[in-house]
Amino acid sequence: MIRFGQVYKRYPGGHEALQDVSFDIAKGEMVYLTGHSGAGKSTLLKLVAAIERPTSGSVLINGQNIRAIKREAIPALRRNIGLIFQDHKLLFDRNAFDNVLLPLQISSFDHREAAKRVRAALDKVGLLTREKANPIALSGGEQQRLCIARAIVSRPDILLADEPTGNLDAEYSSEILNIFKSFHQVGVTLLISTHDQSVLQRFPARALHLDHGVLQQGANA
Amino acid sequence: MKTLREHLHVLHATLQRLWLTPAASLLNMTIIGIALSLPVGAYVLLKSVQQLASTVADAPQISAFLDAGKRDSELSALKGKLESDARIAKVEFVSRDAALQQLQQSTGVSDMIGDLPHNPLPDTFIIYPKVTDTKAMEALYQELQSWKQFDHVQLDSAWIKKLDALLDLGRLATAILATTLSLALIAITFNTIRLQILTRRDEIEVTKLIGASDSFIRRPFLYFGLLQGLTGGVVAWLLVSASLWLLNGSLANLTQLYASDFQLHPLTLPDSLALFAFSGYLGWLGAWFSVSQHLWQIEPR
Repeated sequence: MIRFGQVYKRYPGGHEALQDVSFDIAKGEMVYLTGHSGAGKSTLLKLVAAIERPTSGSVLINGQNIRAIKREAIPALRRNIGLIFQDHKLLFDRNAFDNVLLPLQISSFDHREAAKRVRAALDKVGLLTREKANPIALSGGEQQRLCIARAIVSRPDILLADEPTGNLDAEYSSEILNIFKSFHQVGVTLLISTHDQSVLQRFPARALHLDHGVLQQGANA
Repeated sequence: MKTLREHLHVLHATLQRLWLTPAASLLNMTIIGIALSLPVGAYVLLKSVQQLASTVADAPQISAFLDAGKRDSELSALKGKLESDARIAKVEFVSRDAALQQLQQSTGVSDMIGDLPHNPLPDTFIIYPKVTDTKAMEALYQELQSWKQFDHVQLDSAWIKKLDALLDLGRLATAILATTLSLALIAITFNTIRLQILTRRDEIEVTKLIGASDSFIRRPFLYFGLLQGLTGGVVAWLLVSASLWLLNGSLANLTQLYASDFQLHPLTLPDSLALFAFSGYLGWLGAWFSVSQHLWQIEPR
């Protein structure tokens, strides 16, 4: 599903964010991405979502090479990837329901079917009663769950989560990891970046460990 | 069906956005309306004058006024001589009595004429030349002037030519006005959309991240430009129509005194539709320029 082959990412100015990174994530796998801050976790996720392109090497997502992908093909690729951000990136000019509806509007879903799906997604993350609320009125944990609902509403094959439990206490982060686990069970491919070791202990899975842009362990399943 | 619903949805959202900032929207529409109403008003004025001119005279003619006291035999000899000229198509004789009658009927000066002790008008030949080019016409006119039988010869096309030249000037001025103000309209829309893109930066970034295509992101802005241009066109239409209505009211008093039924014609349906289409298109174009200039700068990072 996700295959990195000798990937280098160099930013203008000479900073090497990733060096010779190679790994393979199978369809339906749940994988952690660990490492200290600045180790290249975010860069790696950006490559998967085609937000950045590798300097060299190949990044294959579902058989498509990000290095050579045409600009026009990126939207279709991203519609198959659910993105969960540490800072949520919710829109405060609309309520929770409309935030989750956005991906379905983009893929021009039938209106009634879309409403059903949005409610299902909100139900999944336990926010069904808050659909009319503005995201700004939600707690940090609720905002994170709303972000997850938006990422899963279009039922993508891949979920990418960048420090999803970063700002949350243990109780909230367990809630969120339980949600991820349920997606794993229905066959979604998950890549979750975290610097929180306790998460790995509570919900063990394969982990890719990055150190200064170099993959130290977890390259092979 | 799906696309239609999508477009209706965007249209609805755009109307909502216009409605949310009523002061700014109204101001923009008014500015665009005023900018458009100037060339449109000038166009209406020109069209009305042009119509007046075309009803007055299509073909140029030469009027030859005779000395008083010509006998009938002299007149018919003269008519024959004119008619035999190859350059002349038709000759029409208007006797001084007929001319007086015509004058009495056609204008509101009958009272004044009734007071005259005798008929001051001369007998006249109205000559319709066969030749149409200016040089040949001028030559014929010069020649007729040298004839001793005529007191005075007048080429009636002269004032038409002057009017035509004037109208050409007016048309050019209107075209320049229309071009510059169209550019202004595009610039206004460009800037409005630029500000919108800046304030909705987060939204654009997020929608790009979750897989929105460029056309999906562009669409609401294009609709906004289109609607703003269109409503500006409607404002211009209202401004011009109201002005014409007011002007025609007082123009009626004035033209009555000249025994003319000249009036400014309101915008016809095709003209109005053309105005709306053009203003909408310009708004769309301004938005398109703005979006293609600014949207690519917003890439998620």
